[in-house]
Amino acid sequence: MTWKKYWTDTTDDMERPLTEHISFDRPCYNLRDYEMNGGYQALRKALTLSPENITNIVQASDLKGRGGAGFNTGMKWSFVPMNGDYPVKYLIANADEMEPGTFKDRMLMEGNPHQLIEGMIISAFAIQANISYIFLRWAYKKAGRLLKHAMDEAYAAGYLGKNILGTGYNLEMYLHTGVGRYICGEETALLNALEGKRATPRAKPPFPQVSGLFGKPTIVNNVETLCNIPHIINNGPEWFKSLGKGNDAGTKIYGVSGRVKKPGLWELPMGVSMRELIEDCAGGMANGYGFRGALPGGASTDFLVKEHLDISLDFKSVAVAGSRLGTGTMIILDDHTCPVGFVHNLEHFFAQESCGWCTPCREGLPWTEKILLSIERGEGKPEDLNLLETHTRFLGPGNTFCALAPGAMEPLQSALKYFREDFERHIDQKKCPWR
Amino acid sequence: MIAQDTLTTEEMAEIDHEIALVPVRRAAAIEALKIVQQHRGWISDDSLQAIADYLEISPEELDSVATFYNLVFRRPVGRNIILLCDSISCYVMGYEKIYVQLRERLGIGFGQTTADGRFTLLPNACLGTCDHAPALMINNELFRNVTEHDLEEILDRYH
Ligand SMILES: Cc1cc2nc3c(=O)[nH]c(=O)nc-3n(C[C@H](O)[C@H](O)[C@H](O)COP(=O)(O)O)c2cc1C
Ligand code: SF4
Repeated sequence: MTWKKYWTDTTDDMERPLTEHISFDRPCYNLRDYEMNGGYQALRKALTLSPENITNIVQASDLKGRGGAGFNTGMKWSFVPMNGDYPVKYLIANADEMEPGTFKDRMLMEGNPHQLIEGMIISAFAIQANISYIFLRWAYKKAGRLLKHAMDEAYAAGYLGKNILGTGYNLEMYLHTGVGRYICGEETALLNALEGKRATPRAKPPFPQVSGLFGKPTIVNNVETLCNIPHIINNGPEWFKSLGKGNDAGTKIYGVSGRVKKPGLWELPMGVSMRELIEDCAGGMANGYGFRGALPGGASTDFLVKEHLDISLDFKSVAVAGSRLGTGTMIILDDHTCPVGFVHNLEHFFAQESCGWCTPCREGLPWTEKILLSIERGEGKPEDLNLLETHTRFLGPGNTFCALAPGAMEPLQSALKYFREDFERHIDQKKCPWR
Repeated sequence: MIAQDTLTTEEMAEIDHEIALVPVRRAAAIEALKIVQQHRGWISDDSLQAIADYLEISPEELDSVATFYNLVFRRPVGRNIILLCDSISCYVMGYEKIYVQLRERLGIGFGQTTADGRFTLLPNACLGTCDHAPALMINNELFRNVTEHDLEEILDRYH
């Protein structure tokens, strides 16, 4: 079983639009099942609205991108030129999910592929794009199979292709499978990958909304973002806002991995507390393990520690606490795991996945990784900690071409703050105290 | 330079299908590499030259694409490819034990192929199944919550 439904043993009446029709105890819905449960009604409704109207509804709902950056989705769409000067435009679903510790988009695609496809058709209509791509991670074989099948069904039923539901609107959809590189998830690098090139990021501006794939206006949205669209169209922006608990609208697929009793994914109101997630959903720490900290939204977010357990997991509250909500999938650092080894593992990943385009990242990440490895092996020197701190500034925001390197520095800078003693013990004892 | 090797009719037909979907021929580069790798297991210098000729780009340009991506193989690989997740959740949950066992059992480390060509072992970034760590993939199949006990039985399925 890939995924435990926390709510099956609760009696709450919480709304869970994204996962209401997902169960891994049966095959995922085919087109008929999906339609019988309200599927493609949102598309029918959307096609009676003007594209601008849809964008306004999505903007008013305050849906923020679920791919990590948290930008208002409707606002992003509103930058696409709509004056008819651009006959070719593209909509892309970012299904590259490769941020370590992140596994939510896989569940959404394996659990209900039609939900993503319907969300994409509505979104493409809103920006008047006639070509759409799903940029899928190579490793997601099952999702690929299910999406291909669902796309075929959608074409056969007239939801895709020419003259959709007799409205005169045309949309083609293609499934592109990547060949593996974390940077492909960065939206401009993704465009280069789709063009058959090395996936190095592009300079912004021009933003993809104006000049994206093959130089045409393009919107790239995360899978979870797009899955929300049909529900917003069906139920309206006020309903969507009412789902959130704190500063943000909607529900969120939260996840927990590491040494907890029940690692998994749960759809919960935006803004649940870290404590609720770890203790109520994930069942607390596994027997014999204590909590030391967590990366709240994937590998490229700053550590939060015990004092933060009661903060709300919404974009603003997590930022105030010094981290980022990111992808909303949390990785736990327990008291049996060496924090230096943990951070070394992360920096090894980032160094390996650096695209090599800009010097601070290409040179700085391998250096960071080497310093961490030497500390972990007991060969570290006291000055190494200052050197690491210097790196967190040199590779920080504004000094590199894209957000990969600053993201890589987030867990490091917060580890130096919260787990400094652990680094120092390695250096004093000339060995890793955990080994 | 003319390729020593030429693409098969089947490979060309599959690549043509991809070329038809994109506005410029070279945009099918990644798809073409995937297609040829699917047929031949890996991308040799000769295969690279043949694909580059077919796409009307230089082999250097195509190689810069081929070597960028983790899963385009520019060296021969074994019949079965083991991708062991070495990212953070699998690290916390002990992938290193699985790695040690694979090394002992197969006599190879990361980046190596067994002498009989049965397995190539590669590290892989997060497989996106972090609630079931540690995880690995063999060819197209995903294995989760892998224990040292399961591993023997899993390996026995591949020849
Ligand atoms: C290095 C890097 C990797 C990224 N990987 C992904 C990814 O795998 N999936 C994703 O949706 N967004 C990823 N992003 C964020 C995208 O650039 C982009 O912001 C997002 O797809 C926009 O969608 P949203 O507005 O719906 O969140 C990544 C960003 C960076 C810098
Ligand atoms: S920060 Fe790193 S990944 Fe981003 S462009 Fe520079 S080298 Fe490439």
